[in-house]
Amino acid sequence: MSDPNIEGFELEKGFKGMAKDTGSDQTMFKGVHWGKAMMWIFLLSDTFVFSCFLIAYMKGRSSTPAEWPNPSEVFALDAFGVPVPLLLIALMTFVLITSSGTMALAVKYGYEKNRKMCGYLILATALGGLTFVGMQAYEWSKLIHEGVRPWSNPFGAAQFGSFFFMITGFHGTHVSIGVIFLFIYCYKVFAGHYDKGKRGWFTKMKGDYVEVEILGLYWHFVDLVWVFIFAFFYLW
Amino acid sequence: MSDEHENKSGYQAQSSETIHAQSSEAITGSGSGIAPDMDYVRPAELPEQDLYHPHSFIEKWVFCQDAKVIGVQYFLTAVFTGIVGLILSWLMRLQLGFPGLAGFITAEHYYQFVTMHGMIMVVYFLTALFLGGFGNYLIPLMVGARDMVFPYVNMLSFWMFFVAVVVLMASFFVPGGPTGAGWTLYPPQTILEGTPGHGWGILLMLISLSLFVIGFTMGGLNYMITILQARTRGMTLMRMPLTVWGIFTATVLAMLAFPALLVSSIMMTLDKLLGTSFFMPTILKAGEVLEYGGGSPILFQHLFWFFGHPEVYIVALPAFGIVSDLISVHARKNIFGYRMMVWAIVGIGALSFFVWAHHMYVSGMNPWFGFFFASTTLIIAVPTAMKVYNWILTLWRGNIRINTVMLWCLGFIVTFVNGGITGIFLGNVSVDVPLSDTYFVVAHFHMVMGIAPLMVIMGAIYHWFPLVAGKMLNEKLGKWHFWITFLGAYSIYFPMHYLGFIGVPRRYYEMYDSPYMTSGVGLNEFISTAAFIVGAAQLFLVFNIIKTMKTGKKAEQNPWKANSLEWYTSTVPPEHGNFGDRLPVVHRWPYDYNVPGAEQDYLPQTAAPSEVAHTEVEKT
Ligand code: HEM
Ligand SMILES: [Cu+2]
Repeated sequence: MSDPNIEGFELEKGFKGMAKDTGSDQTMFKGVHWGKAMMWIFLLSDTFVFSCFLIAYMKGRSSTPAEWPNPSEVFALDAFGVPVPLLLIALMTFVLITSSGTMALAVKYGYEKNRKMCGYLILATALGGLTFVGMQAYEWSKLIHEGVRPWSNPFGAAQFGSFFFMITGFHGTHVSIGVIFLFIYCYKVFAGHYDKGKRGWFTKMKGDYVEVEILGLYWHFVDLVWVFIFAFFYLW
Repeated sequence: MSDEHENKSGYQAQSSETIHAQSSEAITGSGSGIAPDMDYVRPAELPEQDLYHPHSFIEKWVFCQDAKVIGVQYFLTAVFTGIVGLILSWLMRLQLGFPGLAGFITAEHYYQFVTMHGMIMVVYFLTALFLGGFGNYLIPLMVGARDMVFPYVNMLSFWMFFVAVVVLMASFFVPGGPTGAGWTLYPPQTILEGTPGHGWGILLMLISLSLFVIGFTMGGLNYMITILQARTRGMTLMRMPLTVWGIFTATVLAMLAFPALLVSSIMMTLDKLLGTSFFMPTILKAGEVLEYGGGSPILFQHLFWFFGHPEVYIVALPAFGIVSDLISVHARKNIFGYRMMVWAIVGIGALSFFVWAHHMYVSGMNPWFGFFFASTTLIIAVPTAMKVYNWILTLWRGNIRINTVMLWCLGFIVTFVNGGITGIFLGNVSVDVPLSDTYFVVAHFHMVMGIAPLMVIMGAIYHWFPLVAGKMLNEKLGKWHFWITFLGAYSIYFPMHYLGFIGVPRRYYEMYDSPYMTSGVGLNEFISTAAFIVGAAQLFLVFNIIKTMKTGKKAEQNPWKANSLEWYTSTVPPEHGNFGDRLPVVHRWPYDYNVPGAEQDYLPQTAAPSEVAHTEVEKT
């Protein structure tokens, strides 16, 4: 490996070179924007939050003496009079994953300085997120209507409702926060703040399209977490 | 102090490498054979940091974005909570040493005092002080940055902490008072009737902890990214002062351990507010079954200690780092085994995630788990012992200045070794089971994570006060402060080991006429008296600071003749932006003291190779 700045400079191959490169001065992750590094580390911390939730769920589910409700019955949705298991949840997952796709495209167009496309795709992502939250609200209200409460439910172990509302609620909060930021960024893109390098309202720092990518990282993370929640609640 | 070297031939090398493209044989270990201008430093990778300068009093001192002001704000807020914690400890000691003398202390009050004292001291005092206070002030200065990388988020971090403290303090004034569940907040008793503060008190505690975690996360991201991505030219990872290494590793631990605290707080809040049963088993109360049922109290213990044990090292690692730097400066010697010290810090940090259940030996677990956690616990003693040996070897044949700072450092080593040895006792299941929940444990953790880090904090205050305030603290008062605190703290905690051995339980309001108290009564009075004296002795520091600010002599730049960058700022105290127009360029580690051949007994990190070519300085 060679450093483009230095003529004739060769880093040792293998582990030693890697260690030298990691420990070299100024930056550890070469060329990585501060904000992006921050988001990655924040997401690592947030991964621990969700892991704690899900591990607690596994422990709670396996140690409660009462019977755990059958997810394919509880989460079934009536389509034309036939109960279809996991219908709503499949739709929700589809919408959320699609919004990840539009987000990735928005990042691409952002870097190409294609303001319009970037803005529309962020808008599409935000609407996808909003749809997801809406469907989740529908699912919550349906379950509540059927008598599921955080402290009890007619199907079995009380912990089912507790964990379900807590974890999907915590995830839904993440999505909602993401949606709010998506709308703000959408406005900022359309208004051209990132082209002009306009300073932020609060932070007073210059804007740049890399912020779209940073928000994208968060959005993909929220999607990824959903896949785990989906697997743990609906498929187990 | 030198500026960067003009680079004639147009190429640049990593400063740690000292590379010359034509004659690579010139790369030798010592500076002797190297032509002066061959230590090229890589060109700047980063543009100048965009700083927002304050425009008003509020922006300068209240909602300030300068890490140094934020550091001082954190420091003062944490000290305020520390004083509250100290007063609570006085009240407890009053009750324990002289039962009934203060009639207003009921058993309920005692539980509340224990709980608030423990939680305040560990989380709101020590953690906030080391990471928020010293971290904010020192990180940018020591790595050669103009500020933290996200000054606005950093400001929010402090104010979130501030709100957390306000919520915590509010719990003293709500109906039912603060929670009295013990700082470990074990369910189910925490939220059940019969425990003091099971209503508002515990709720505010949980909210305050959640706010603390959120605030800390914002700060922690700053500390980490500043250290990883905003170091100055030439500041390689292995040239960072150990203070920075300690604070960095502690921050990583906090970012990974606090999630468990946040999650357990949220779950317990729901148990309390909504009546869920995450942690609540079926409970019989006065013959009646409560609404709760099916939850797992042990789950809480696991979550809590997955946070709780790393938390011990979140407090200890910055102390390790700071004390290493203080010892090196005041013994005028390079730190012994720098790399080993770094790896020990990192190793302790990593291991600390695999030992948490040593706090749960008496909760009941599969013997193989006890075996596993006892083994990991004892393994941590290895890197820890390495650090202690290295401190001692740093002192060995050093040119030790017995000033106040050095005294605190020596006090730290003694108390830390003492607490560490009792830790080896408690790490073994069969020894821990009888000693668990006795005063032996109280003695152990106060020695190792109460008094030892406090010694470092005191040393750090005396060391960095000239930088922060521009004046030298009075040495004489400082020595009085040290000796009374050190001997007093020993008088408090050393006898507690004995109390523990004769079986005195911890968290007890009164010992009544239990047989073991016949020999313990006198001791308890003695301990309490010492506690009052130690607390009062802190007024020496307050008085010292007031006196110094009024009449103290002005500090020269770099009064301790130290090498690290914080002493080479453009002004003392440093202004916003720290280093004037140009950031310093670093050519060596901060531990070059008493280098043979050098005119002074120290070589600043910024001294260029050309300036030290005639010395026997080693390449770092
Ligand atoms: C002059 C200083 C101090 C004195 C006199 C003091 C005294 C006490 C006393 C009397 C107890 C209650 C023992 C019991 O009844 O079980 C206690 C508990 C505790 N202290 Fe301190 N303490 C001091 C400083 C500190 C510091 C600096 C820390 C920071 C780590 C700390 C952490 C704790 C903790 C975690 C508990 C356990 C609380 C609980 O059992 O829930 N203390 N202290
Ligand atoms: Cu521990």
